[in-house]
Amino acid sequence: MEMPLPDSDVLARKARVVERLRNVLPADAVIDDPAETRAYECDALTAYRCPPMVAVLPATTAEVSDVLRICHDEGVPVVPRGSGTSLAGGALPTADCVILGVARMNDVIETDYDNRFIRVQTGRTNLSVTGAVESDGFFYAPDPSSQLACAIAGNIAMNSGGAHCLKYGVTTNNLLGVTMVQMDGTVVEIGGAHLDSGGLDLLGVICGSEGQLGVVTEATLRILHKPEGARPVLMGFDSAEVAGACVADIIKAGVLPVAIEFMDKMLIEVCEDFAKADYPMCGALLIVEVEGSDAEIDAQLALITDIAKRHNPVALRESASADESARIWAGRKAAFSAIGRISDYMCLDGTIPVSELPYVLRRIGEMSEKYGLPVGNVFHAGDGNMHPLICYDANKPGDLELCEEFGAEVLKLCVEVGGCLTGEHGVGIEKRDLMTHQYAPADLEAQMALKDVFDDKWLLNPAKVFPLAVSEPRRGARLAAE
Amino acid sequence: MDMLRTEEAVAQAVAEAKGPLVIRGGGTRTVGCPVVGEVLDVSGLSGVTLYEPGALTLVAQAGTPVAEIEAALAAENQRLAFEPYDLTGVLGTSGASTIGGVVASNASGPRRIMAGAARDFALGVRFVDGTGQVIKNGGRVMKNVTGYDLVKLMSGSWGTLGVLTEVSLKVLPSVEAETTLVIDGLDADRAVQAMSRALGSPFEVSGAAWLQGQIWLRLEGFEGSVAYRASQLKTLLAVFGDIAEAQADWRTVRDAVPLHGAEAVWRISVKPSDGPAVIAALPEGADTLMDWGGGLVWVGLTDGDIAAIHAQLQAAVAGMGGHATLIKAPEAVRAAVPVFQPEAPGVAALTASLRHRFDPNGILNPGLMAA
Repeated sequence: MEMPLPDSDVLARKARVVERLRNVLPADAVIDDPAETRAYECDALTAYRCPPMVAVLPATTAEVSDVLRICHDEGVPVVPRGSGTSLAGGALPTADCVILGVARMNDVIETDYDNRFIRVQTGRTNLSVTGAVESDGFFYAPDPSSQLACAIAGNIAMNSGGAHCLKYGVTTNNLLGVTMVQMDGTVVEIGGAHLDSGGLDLLGVICGSEGQLGVVTEATLRILHKPEGARPVLMGFDSAEVAGACVADIIKAGVLPVAIEFMDKMLIEVCEDFAKADYPMCGALLIVEVEGSDAEIDAQLALITDIAKRHNPVALRESASADESARIWAGRKAAFSAIGRISDYMCLDGTIPVSELPYVLRRIGEMSEKYGLPVGNVFHAGDGNMHPLICYDANKPGDLELCEEFGAEVLKLCVEVGGCLTGEHGVGIEKRDLMTHQYAPADLEAQMALKDVFDDKWLLNPAKVFPLAVSEPRRGARLAAE
Repeated sequence: MDMLRTEEAVAQAVAEAKGPLVIRGGGTRTVGCPVVGEVLDVSGLSGVTLYEPGALTLVAQAGTPVAEIEAALAAENQRLAFEPYDLTGVLGTSGASTIGGVVASNASGPRRIMAGAARDFALGVRFVDGTGQVIKNGGRVMKNVTGYDLVKLMSGSWGTLGVLTEVSLKVLPSVEAETTLVIDGLDADRAVQAMSRALGSPFEVSGAAWLQGQIWLRLEGFEGSVAYRASQLKTLLAVFGDIAEAQADWRTVRDAVPLHGAEAVWRISVKPSDGPAVIAALPEGADTLMDWGGGLVWVGLTDGDIAAIHAQLQAAVAGMGGHATLIKAPEAVRAAVPVFQPEAPGVAALTASLRHRFDPNGILNPGLMAA
């Protein structure tokens, strides 16, 4: 993984940049001691690390504006950071950058149940948004696995999804408005508590722009009343093909579960060993969850289990209590920890048309043989968002590179069958160099033109999303101009 | 210009254009500041190119009539959940609304509050930018964060950034049963209170409208579930009056039927609790309809100084946060006023710059969205 060489001119100006930042921020909000900047050297893609030149922790939109204005003025790249849980390297620093962390901005600004929204500062964690409204019966729907730690700022940057987005949508479907600071310090309000845009849908492009268009400091989010109840059913099948066919039949039958989660044989075993969830040992497992009153749940689950029975399940277990529900979910929710316990792993995020599931799983199995690296599959089956977990040994020379090669081949396959490189994690640095497999030069040019509009000097998170060779003329123009 | 039947032909026509182009699908949406130019008719790009019911996805050429898509979906017991509205009644136009027009205008009906808007169901687009370059973005899978989301940018851009040639959509299953709860005799304030209580409940209301003193609350799903939720809501809302159950025709709300025939029509999006204030400020004789639990106000007028009332409405909406679009008015009025809600300077600068990037020569529906 290549990153641009640090700009020596910027590094030479470090002392002046730090001084200017100290003039606008409290003393403890500017971190330049190399012992402390190390804390920001990576996100959850831990294979790549680089301490930033400086880290800043502004507490208000005005402070963010001051920081960005100074960096714009000084030509210093800025990498925004939520909680640093990106699996794609979205918050990976460069040695010449200022890391802008939003962790100190975590207030709830307004809660409005009549109009069903909450406005928060974006350093607030995903789960604590729900925490602020759940005693009144409400919740914020997008629920990425990292929801205990991840910040709304990062959710917006990556357009995060989660297990329940089959019914409730992803971040972009639940975001109503933002306060955003542009790279030159300009503060803009986009959207609000109302629905849809009266002009161009700028909110729609800001969401998922990976911190490259601006720093979102406040967000208005849609909240919903919690369902009366939810209950999962666990189904085991002989093979992934059969499980895939069952998923398609459930969807075609007109039921819209809140979640359909899939685990393959390897993951079943690993998770069972770790979480003791009492999973059946079989080729593939589905967890299907539905919501509503008890009677509504009964009716939906009856329909779903009827469909499952047509596919000769080796196990079919409807939860009969909250305790049983928790156990059914325990293994799935512990999947990443469970596999992390036995191996280093890389988590992919390609999405494919649901109909291609059996074929893609078979091909991944073949690749696993070819590369000699074990792979487990756990994913959101209802929407085709796969999460192959490729195991490797970080201490074994060449293993990471082999794993990356394997991952790239899987993602190319996803594109080949009509899917995409990333369904919910983002491109970051991880999938950056594969973008040319999904998009033609003109497609990438249109996206980069969008960045030109918001950040003409290409200072915001510049080395992400686009292959370096593709973005080089734009990034290079900045360096040449200095 | 001859009927264009392929994306290449559209690209060539745009690349060779000598002046402004008026992009036309079904010709049902005569909305916006009037554009003078040569008509670029894309209704020849027609047909569903891929439909996978099990994957809940459909891909169609942009000129495909919505009716054709809805028929294909109905055959598989599926539907466009965002319930696109049809403006022919309001505008007095004829013709067949196309899927490209629906996406380009982000046309969403009553179910928008629960299911999302057209922009939320658009998974991918292909379009021709103002230089004749073909660009694709998104795809045909339900979750996709690969690169920037130009699909959202194109949704609601009214053909001013690019000419849509193909759209991929997420579709959803149709429902087994539907009922509408009706409460009579509520003024706008009380109506929004009742609708907010319903929408803030766990009972999944898929339509909440106020028309002619009645509120309509729609419940959809499996039969037992609809009956259960209806009974729960009747208890929850008993304080607002007697509640009847009906099989209502929601196209009345979707297509703003009570305003058909009005000389001027506005579509106003605000937060639901501001809906009654918008209505209270209107001149005597205005016809109104609230959808989206009060968050969408349709206004119709048959006489009065349209331009002056428009200015007042946009000023009031700017103060409360939201947007007012003058959907219908005589051409002379639309030429003289900002049809779309004027944007704050910072946002307007971004918008102008985006237009310049995607349509550097200013030939795609130029000025249609001018504020």
